[in-house]
Amino acid sequence: MEEAIIRAKDLTAAYGERVILEKLNFEVNRGEVFVILGGSGCGKSTLLKNLIGLYPLAGGSIEMVGKVFSGATLSEQRAILKQIGVTYQSGALFGSMTLSENVEMVLEEFTELPREARQVVAWTKLKLVGLEKFIHHLPSEVSGGMQKRAALARAMALDPKILFLDEPSAGLDPITSAELDELILQLNESLGLTFVVVTHELASIYAIADRVIMLDGKTRSIIAEGKPEELRDQSENPLVRQFFRRETKSKDTHE
Amino acid sequence: MSQHCELKQEDQSGQVRLQFIGRLDADGAAQIWKKSKQAVKGQSQVTLDLKGLDYCDAAGLSLLVDLRRDSELSVEGLKPEFEKLWALIGNEAAPAELNAPIRRESVIWKIGEACSNFFSDLYSLIAFLGQVAELLVRAIARPSLVRWKDLWNVVEQAGPNALFIVMLIGFLMGLILAFQSTVPLQQFGVDIFVVNLTALAMLRELGPIMTAIVLAGRSGSAFAAEIGTMKVNEEVDALKTMGIDPALFLVIPRVVAAVMITPLLTIFANLAGILGGLLVVLMMGHPWAAIYHQLVGAVGLDDVFSGLIKAFIFGIIVAGVGCLRGLQTQAGASAVGVSTTRAVVTSIILIIFTDAVFSIVFYITGF
Repeated sequence: MEEAIIRAKDLTAAYGERVILEKLNFEVNRGEVFVILGGSGCGKSTLLKNLIGLYPLAGGSIEMVGKVFSGATLSEQRAILKQIGVTYQSGALFGSMTLSENVEMVLEEFTELPREARQVVAWTKLKLVGLEKFIHHLPSEVSGGMQKRAALARAMALDPKILFLDEPSAGLDPITSAELDELILQLNESLGLTFVVVTHELASIYAIADRVIMLDGKTRSIIAEGKPEELRDQSENPLVRQFFRRETKSKDTHE
Repeated sequence: MSQHCELKQEDQSGQVRLQFIGRLDADGAAQIWKKSKQAVKGQSQVTLDLKGLDYCDAAGLSLLVDLRRDSELSVEGLKPEFEKLWALIGNEAAPAELNAPIRRESVIWKIGEACSNFFSDLYSLIAFLGQVAELLVRAIARPSLVRWKDLWNVVEQAGPNALFIVMLIGFLMGLILAFQSTVPLQQFGVDIFVVNLTALAMLRELGPIMTAIVLAGRSGSAFAAEIGTMKVNEEVDALKTMGIDPALFLVIPRVVAAVMITPLLTIFANLAGILGGLLVVLMMGHPWAAIYHQLVGAVGLDDVFSGLIKAFIFGIIVAGVGCLRGLQTQAGASAVGVSTTRAVVTSIILIIFTDAVFSIVFYITGF
């Protein structure tokens, strides 16, 4: 099943004159959990925002679900956006709506489902993430981990092919974060969803990633690509080794 | 829209059998949702034939979850590739009631709640004004407690930047007032008294009130939004845990700035308003000398100062209420908007109310 669902060619990302990432080439295969990692400020979130079309590309192109995404017309982009779901670092649930209404809103916007049906679909989605008891709660009334899961349910509202998660475990304790990883794996397996996850949590990476790319802020490029275990054991790049083995410089000198 | 999913219904010896053909995704489910609900209505036992399904996803299977609410389902012919998904969501019926529970309260309860809210709000307002007064005294005793850099920032924002709009409104108020009063006064041949009317109205009432209202709209709302956002971002909590009194840190610079700026702005509003009024009288053909003598004869220093005392108090009200509403901000994005609205509304009500009190006091004391 080595079919590419996302294909980035010479992708360049910049804020005005400031180039963040230069000429990246990578592919994400259908049905895999693909992790983008790197130190703070290396452009992980920027890359994600470029992939989902929040920022226009400074150069290169992106192909998604077999269609060219960058430079497509608005209606074409909307059709592609229907097939992807995104969760943001802070959850970004609408604070004035209950969890159920947060999911229903997407369905109302994109489908012809009657109101009652939307409620059932929202219930199903929230049940998938284990929140069926909290459908009438406001986001502010549930914990941070639940907010992340609710955001996942909202991202899955339209049964997308690809889910983009921006630091899903940020601000969560190890247990909650492991539960979220478990959920990602379960959805990946049972729904066949492709996941693109931005994170720098080592434990998460080992648990979920089929393949990772590592970005570097200084060279503005991909410095490593492959399975996390392979990178840990075989990479020659000192930055990669430092990241995967959590090596500190002072420890290096002891060895 | 093309046909995504098709529903076929067969009734065999009182048993309903539903056949789903095609793609059962959100769009497909939308097409047959009502029809299939109708088909299973009143049936205790329904057989679902899913042999013809090419594709289904969680949204599509939600339809079956919904059908399960009304009848016992037995499923046939589910393709193996959908079995995992089905195991995840298909086995349970959606709960009977998915609408959010609605809270219904009696009218008496609502009236009681409104009264209770009003009085507790009044209480917090009075308590806060007391706190601000106490802090002001402390700040006067020890000026180093005040964050002067913040204060000058606020002074610039609320003062010079508001000068143009305050003067424009003052000028037009004077102009309008003079125009409206010229016609009736002309009938008695005393249209020179328009000078008295405009000058006194501007100095004693309109100047301070209009300035305060502009300030409430421009700066009071800004204070509420700024402090409200800090509250939402837990910055106010951070101040508290650092042992810094948020009232001293955030409120005092703003109140002191507003107190300094409001009388000054009022003076400019007064000048512009009187100028507007005099312009009208001039246009009516009265000579400058007559107008000048009329003005000097009509207006005393007490008129100027009675207006400025009001402006001083209005300044405290606008800044204090703005900060209080900011500090009262609840969680969430809409909360900041609510605080801003409440800051402006409360300020304007209090300004008018205080003005009425001033009128009575000035009348009794003959000031």
